[in-house]
Amino acid sequence: MFALLPPLIIGAVDLAAAFLFMFGLKRMSSPVTAPSGIRYAGVGMIAAILASFLYVFSVDASARPHLAVNVGLAVVALVVGAGVAWLSGKRAALTAMPQMVALYNGMGGGAAGAIAAVELFGGRAHGPTALIVTLAGALIGAVSLSGSLIAWAKLDGVLNHPLRVKGLQIVNAVVMTALVLVGAVIVFSVMSTFNVVMAPPLWIYVFFGLALVFGVLMTLPIGGADMPVVISIYNACTGLAVGLEGYVLQIPALIIAGMMVGAAGLLLTLLMAKAMNRSVANVLFTKFGDEPKVAKGAVKGELKPTEAGDAGVFMRYAASVIIVPGYGLAAAQAQGKLYEFVKLLQASGVSVKFAIHPVAGRMPGQMDVLLAEAGVPYDMIFQLDDINDDFKTTDVALVIGANDVVNPAARTDKGSPIYGMPILNADQAKQVYVVKRGQGKGYADIVNALFYANNCNMVYGDAQAVLIKMIEAVRGLTSAAA
Amino acid sequence: MTHDLAMGGFTGLYIFMLAAFTGWVIIGRVPAILHTPLMSGSNFVHGVVVVGGLAALLNASTPLQQGIGFVAVLLGAGNAAGGYAVTDRMLAMFHTSDAKPATHRRHAKHSKKS
Repeated sequence: MFALLPPLIIGAVDLAAAFLFMFGLKRMSSPVTAPSGIRYAGVGMIAAILASFLYVFSVDASARPHLAVNVGLAVVALVVGAGVAWLSGKRAALTAMPQMVALYNGMGGGAAGAIAAVELFGGRAHGPTALIVTLAGALIGAVSLSGSLIAWAKLDGVLNHPLRVKGLQIVNAVVMTALVLVGAVIVFSVMSTFNVVMAPPLWIYVFFGLALVFGVLMTLPIGGADMPVVISIYNACTGLAVGLEGYVLQIPALIIAGMMVGAAGLLLTLLMAKAMNRSVANVLFTKFGDEPKVAKGAVKGELKPTEAGDAGVFMRYAASVIIVPGYGLAAAQAQGKLYEFVKLLQASGVSVKFAIHPVAGRMPGQMDVLLAEAGVPYDMIFQLDDINDDFKTTDVALVIGANDVVNPAARTDKGSPIYGMPILNADQAKQVYVVKRGQGKGYADIVNALFYANNCNMVYGDAQAVLIKMIEAVRGLTSAAA
Repeated sequence: MTHDLAMGGFTGLYIFMLAAFTGWVIIGRVPAILHTPLMSGSNFVHGVVVVGGLAALLNASTPLQQGIGFVAVLLGAGNAAGGYAVTDRMLAMFHTSDAKPATHRRHAKHSKKS
């Protein structure tokens, strides 16, 4: 009777946890209920982890002598892993969220891969189905681990330039083929207990090595501007790997959580790709930015620099301003100063709105989070479709650290690599100010015709420094009037 | 533990299918403004892999399996704890013009002083 109790408790707790994950994610679909949503999911997680210690009552006979050590190792791993990640998550700057998510996602993929390794080395996966599913989870988990780490390095600035070698796609195809072959060898040799050249454990090492290399090779050529899509894909991959390992371990909670995240990540990936008017395959396999650029002569007009103070005063006397933030705002950590400036404008009776492009920043929705951190209420923040018609009746469009998402070439120039991407119609405002660090091109390295337009002035400088000057100029007016 | 896939192939596939559909439907309605917290929130949810890591580690019988199992739990716990920490932080910041959380009051005070 007692022997039946632990599995029963584990089953019941996992069922409750699976419900809490679904319910929690559902609540995350509105900003009002979202904070409670993550807490429901958190309760489910803690319950599932605590319940899993009941596995001590049903371990394999071979593991029984090691049980005390294993429990000790489990507690240490839990405390250290959770402790370090918790502190890093609490301390990281809000602008570093994309790379933190990439890092935690890689950890999840690595965990799924490691579980598969334990199953394979322990020889616990017998049938062909179990072996193939384990190997599939191992492959996806390992690729997600090394790929996410490369994505983290790129986002964190450790790796700066996309590495593009000729023939890399052929190398990738070769590595992928090798992975399938090695996987087949492992299934064959475990099933038949016949060693192909070497013993199965050695092939398992080769398999993991190749999978990790594949993740690196897949991610290296992808540019920083495409990272939102890449993180989203790897998030989906880790979910799928977790689901597959859940199938092998016969833990339904893992299957449900993993597949739910896998499907959600896939949907989010497709949404991102749609926002850039490119297919997911295009993001992964084309060398974006290497295509022919807009010819220099095709852009008419010249860049017209202006002083930050003058621009600030101009906006103070405008009736309406729409702000288009981009990655440059995050890089300069200028979101707080931006809202300070916005509040000054509002105090003077200027109507201010924020316009967010779906792929602004290095992660979908990153700009929304940054503005929320600065204290901007979310009813001032508008997405592309909701605000694009307002630009033509707006006095000033202030573009801060954004480039490609306001490039009119996407509408008109069929030769441009971003042709067809929906953009924010900042160029239709009566006056456009572009805050930019230097004269260089955007991340995608495309000339922006907007900067040369008659109604556009450039404000050069770090976003934070520029905003401080704008604030001082507007304050100067108020104190002079008083 | 049994590893002969006692939960038959088709039962597993049904769970796969229903869970995938659930994820797709739930996420389909999330507004773009919440995409980052949603991504890190779903990132947190697959941190449940730590449970699988615990199952594997507790059943480990050689030093190699113990070592890899330890790494599995370590990484899984990191995934879950880190994912929760960043998601919770981000979600606490969203508010409308009427309701203002602590972070906003701090900013308001700061700008009044300067």
